[in-house]
Amino acid sequence: MRLGIVIGLLLVLAIGVGAAVSPFASSNPDGLERVAEDQGFAETGTLHAIQEDAPVPDYAFPGVTNERAATAVAGLAGTLGVFLIGVGLARVLRRREPVPTG
Amino acid sequence: MHIPDGFLSTEVCAVTSVAAAGAIGYAAYRARDELDEKRVPLLGATAALVFALQMVNFPILGGTSGHLLGAALATVLLGPWLGIVVVSLVLGVQAVAFADGGIAVLGANVLNMAVLGALVTQALLDAAGTLRERTAGLLGVAAVASWASVMAAATATSVELALSGTIGLTTVLPSMLGVHTLIGVGEAAITVAVIATVLAARPDLVARRELGATA
Repeated sequence: MRLGIVIGLLLVLAIGVGAAVSPFASSNPDGLERVAEDQGFAETGTLHAIQEDAPVPDYAFPGVTNERAATAVAGLAGTLGVFLIGVGLARVLRRREPVPTG
Repeated sequence: MHIPDGFLSTEVCAVTSVAAAGAIGYAAYRARDELDEKRVPLLGATAALVFALQMVNFPILGGTSGHLLGAALATVLLGPWLGIVVVSLVLGVQAVAFADGGIAVLGANVLNMAVLGALVTQALLDAAGTLRERTAGLLGVAAVASWASVMAAATATSVELALSGTIGLTTVLPSMLGVHTLIGVGEAAITVAVIATVLAARPDLVARRELGATA
């Protein structure tokens, strides 16, 4: 299978998971949250000042009232954003040449 | 397993931040040699898939859920250094854009979920020797490495919480290991499914198949 097709299929899979499956994910506390609740230190968790203005707090895209739709849009935006940043970062890391000697 | 701000002391945040920055710096330095034409888009697609899969919490026993960490998956596909880059990128975006995982504790989260997971996975792949040249062997090692990477992250998180004075190690460690024993099985199942799919389509995209590919 050609590389472009494989990359495309992986991206389609990622978008499918991020946008279509994630709205139906379990909302139960994860392992660390469960232990923190059981052992009484969950309340010590805080939101950092710069996170008060996070563009997509808690994976709910702002302005979308339906909870599942808000998660779907957040997942779509996040998955595409991470793909683009990842490719850009990889290009930068690859392009960097060693300092020429002599 | 994203630690929020407030769980760790300033000292633990400082030490883990320095360690994580060093690890990311070295991984980025090694990345130049590992990034060929095909791995540039593969890195982006892997990061996108890890981000998406991390959003999908699966239920385990007792009203608790877990989600993929992705370090084992990224390391089997791309090697440990690009694996660290991939998972650190995902954790950074989650903290800044989605308020998932703290800012001051980002170094600790990178250390626990990206760096340790990638190094544990690579150590197990190395230990597996020729076993990983066979598809079943590689998938078996990937499963064990996935589970081990989750347990390593749970252990490191517990140690950081204890060093911060948040909770005693003898209290938090057994609980963290207990709950993540099951979450690690989910990590293994998802990782094996993705690796098996990529192996079927393009076996050459799986970096850690051949011996000597680790250099």
